[in-house]
Amino acid sequence: MNRLPAPWGSRLDRDRVVGFRFEGRGYQALAGDTLASALQANGQRLLSRSFKYHRPRGAWSYCGLDANSYVQVGDCPSVHADELEVHDGLEATAQNVWGSLQRDYGAMAGWLARFLPVGFYYRAFFRPRGIWKYWEKLFRRTAGLGKIETATPPGEYDKQYLFADVAVIGAGPAGISAALTAADAGASVLLVDQEPQPGGSLNYARFQRQRSAVDALCGSLLQRVEAHDRIRLLTRTCCTGWFADNWLALCRGNRMYKLRAGQVILSTGSIEQPCVFRNNDLPGIIPASAAQRMVRLYAVSPGHRVSILTANQEGYDVAQDLLEAGVEIAAVVDMNESPVDAGAFEMFKGRGIRTFCGSTVTAALAARGKRAITGISVARITARECVAPDHERVDCDSLVTSIGYAPLAQLACHSGGALIYDDEIHSLRLARRPAASQICGSVNHVWTLESVLCDGERSGRRAAGAMGFKVDDGPSIELDPAAQRMNHPHPVFPHPKGKEFVDFDEDQTIADLVNAVADGFGHPELAKRYSTTGMGPSQGRTSALNALRIIQGARAEPLKSAGLTTQRPPLRAVPFGLLAGRLFEPERLTPMHGWHKAHGARFMTAGLWQRPGRYGGDDTPAEKIATEVAAVRERAGLIDVSTLGGIELRGPDAALFLNRMYTFTYLKQPVGRTRYLLMTDESGSVADDGVACRLAPDCFYITTTTTGADDVYRNMLRRNAEWGLDVELVNVTSVYAAMNIAGPEARRIIEQLNSDIDWSAASFPYLAARQGVVEGIETLAMRVGFVGEMGFELHVPWCQALTLWERLMACGRDCGIAPVGVEAQRILRLEKGHIIVGQDTDGLTMPAEAGLEWAVKQHKGYFVGGPALAQRVAMGVSRKLVGFRLLDATGVIPEECHLVMRGNEIAGRVTSVARSAALEAVVGLAYVLPEQAKVDTVFEIKVGNGQRVQAQTVSTPFYDPDNQRQKM
Amino acid sequence: MKVIRCPLNGPRNAQEFICGGEVITRPGEDAGSRPWADYIFFENNSRGVVREWWCHVASGYWFIAERDTATDEFLGTWAVHEVFDSGAEGSR
Repeated sequence: MNRLPAPWGSRLDRDRVVGFRFEGRGYQALAGDTLASALQANGQRLLSRSFKYHRPRGAWSYCGLDANSYVQVGDCPSVHADELEVHDGLEATAQNVWGSLQRDYGAMAGWLARFLPVGFYYRAFFRPRGIWKYWEKLFRRTAGLGKIETATPPGEYDKQYLFADVAVIGAGPAGISAALTAADAGASVLLVDQEPQPGGSLNYARFQRQRSAVDALCGSLLQRVEAHDRIRLLTRTCCTGWFADNWLALCRGNRMYKLRAGQVILSTGSIEQPCVFRNNDLPGIIPASAAQRMVRLYAVSPGHRVSILTANQEGYDVAQDLLEAGVEIAAVVDMNESPVDAGAFEMFKGRGIRTFCGSTVTAALAARGKRAITGISVARITARECVAPDHERVDCDSLVTSIGYAPLAQLACHSGGALIYDDEIHSLRLARRPAASQICGSVNHVWTLESVLCDGERSGRRAAGAMGFKVDDGPSIELDPAAQRMNHPHPVFPHPKGKEFVDFDEDQTIADLVNAVADGFGHPELAKRYSTTGMGPSQGRTSALNALRIIQGARAEPLKSAGLTTQRPPLRAVPFGLLAGRLFEPERLTPMHGWHKAHGARFMTAGLWQRPGRYGGDDTPAEKIATEVAAVRERAGLIDVSTLGGIELRGPDAALFLNRMYTFTYLKQPVGRTRYLLMTDESGSVADDGVACRLAPDCFYITTTTTGADDVYRNMLRRNAEWGLDVELVNVTSVYAAMNIAGPEARRIIEQLNSDIDWSAASFPYLAARQGVVEGIETLAMRVGFVGEMGFELHVPWCQALTLWERLMACGRDCGIAPVGVEAQRILRLEKGHIIVGQDTDGLTMPAEAGLEWAVKQHKGYFVGGPALAQRVAMGVSRKLVGFRLLDATGVIPEECHLVMRGNEIAGRVTSVARSAALEAVVGLAYVLPEQAKVDTVFEIKVGNGQRVQAQTVSTPFYDPDNQRQKM
Repeated sequence: MKVIRCPLNGPRNAQEFICGGEVITRPGEDAGSRPWADYIFFENNSRGVVREWWCHVASGYWFIAERDTATDEFLGTWAVHEVFDSGAEGSR
């Protein structure tokens, strides 16, 4: 390993050596290394191949902000090598490689570049019509970067809610001082940073002063953060989105935090921008901050002989850092006419370093295979984008550029912030801040350490003040003069041979952008989409500013008026596992669920509910269902109907309220009687049904359908708020469980129970309701006829239902009682021609179409859907729901939603169908044309394979037409 | 995620609420088909400040909110009885 001596490499533990593999080759690293720094120490700079031309690329930002460092780690694609901490046994491979990383056949695309102009895809492959599908196969193979492993076993991902008075995004000097100030004022603070160690630039930047002073400051700040009990620090955490009302997504390992913050302080810093010249993308060309991270954090040198291109003080700082570290400097190229730091400039000259003023690098000279550089070509800048014809060559294997920054303000744009170009500082500036937020540090264009700390304090004070904590005004701050000297106004130098990259992700050059403008896609939003500049994983962080300069230049428009592209979340790639989190699918179970399970129930889902579909395991399901049906028709069956919705209404206006909610009339419903409930929506379509049971003049207990309960209740609450009637509603669905015992033996079984209810037909007739105590359990019993046999529906407290269920099963054993599931129940009710709302009705069904006109009392006064219904009835019905019987019961059986035909016209559809043992026929319900509704009309149903089967309209109920059995 | 200030439950995540549409006046029973069709099938969907029904789902509490549909900003929320003196009969 090639390392600088200690104390360089603050993150390294030089005593712990770890082994890892890259591209199948073994290497050694030190604990604390990232994959990129470890490979650099081993002389391996090349990490990846670029997307379009497969150009060799090495680590660039050294902090996980660009896509050059993407590698594949096991089944995880697109991992930043300059962020990934090396551990023993790590195995990584290069991405987007065709052949090998060293020899990539895809690089031939680079020779073809002149034939792949901007917008090439749109122009070449979509004409003639249909040709795209041939090209697509080829492109699919070359598109994308990493490899998704579809066989990856599921991982554990979590979500957690967090709350803070103040969230500080970015724990650099500005963020830390803001956090400390806000916390000192009394606010609870969450301090978030992407890196393993807080401190940001304090960890690597020179700040023009003795490094030891910065070290001491960093140490004391971090100590104060750690000691502060109102600050929580989350490192290795990336804020990927800033949503409405300061709702932040924080990604950390396998957990996503959803943070609600009172105030957000944006102290995310800035990202250096590349200088645009020929071959500016090759490995070994890095920005100044990356060089400083390399030497200070990881003790690796950018190269053996390094040149520096600078437009600001930081280039001088990094040159001095490298000199102190013993790295040979080949040249310092200052883009300004007179050197930024004259003293240092002279010192460099004195040490034999070649120095240039008012000059720039016009090209990097590529080694064979373009996997490294052998030198740079330097020329005087004569005008904007123009250089003198004389070039000087400097031999070097690395170039460090320091031409300026762009603020990392993308997050603010997620939440209503807006960036504009500021001519004073030659950079983007956040012109509009999201509400309840502050901004400080270099993202706010404050650069000198003193002003950064001061800016942080100001933000911390304002945030705490906004949260109601007592703060003083603090000193006012002037604009940091350093801000004007940081960015070069136009670091773009077109080369006659091209290959000056603006966007490394998408291999977009100056010519591509200029051509996009020439093709008429000049607006930055259009140029972005046409050229794909800024659409790669870096999302324009390293390209948007230069692209804007080039586009506006080509359009001859001022930068100030430029419309900027929109920034959207997420800020960086978020694993799908984090978005999905844990599977959370709540289930609702009835109190008899365990019993059902023990008796071989196979469950069906209805909303959140799990209901027993049938009993007795998996074998011969049709026979099992038929046996359950027979039990009800011949002996007795017990059905768990706990999933029905239950609502209690109390108050003098309870009956009036029902009268307005439902189509029937309830004002004169006697106490102790039940009555059918049919609900229509405002347009007069069937919405729900159930049973109303009047328990007292001012008290009703009503049931709703299983899946409709929540909506019906919510709708009722709204109507109640609207109408202001004197009634209170309570959803008691999970207060009472219910079971229906039905069949000719039902009474004989229930009479064996200890109870104060007289079950005889004389005192407890059909449609009556009785309250009493059964087996010591408060019970509401109703006689209903859903399945068409004599039966009792028993509503009891949830916790006592299982006891009653088991008693009934025990008492009924001699009579041959059987538990009956939903599937058998559906056949039973179909034999009676009873509809299921939602299955036999749709969003347009009005009661008269489904034969429910008897349940509508149009003249009782207003009810929901009444006015619409009156008009729809007057317009006539266009279809009828009728019972049908197949003429050939041995042939193909249609399914729900198969079409009813008249000739070749669609006349309607089947809604329910089943083979009925009791009727020895296949019967069902279907919508047909009114003229087909007449009994004995024969019509055709088109089944799945296109074949047609003959059906005949019959009157319902199919079974027991006079309803004698349920009334017994 | 937005925070909505429920008159009963205080500030809660928008995820806990549903919108019940604009507060509009229900036509009279005998108003005829045109006003009823408008009432049932058409939303004003206007840009600017609208008055809407909102429900805090967990507590089943309905209230009235004023919201700017252009900015999605809630200007205020009120209990139903604060807006309609004796029930809101005649309006949706």
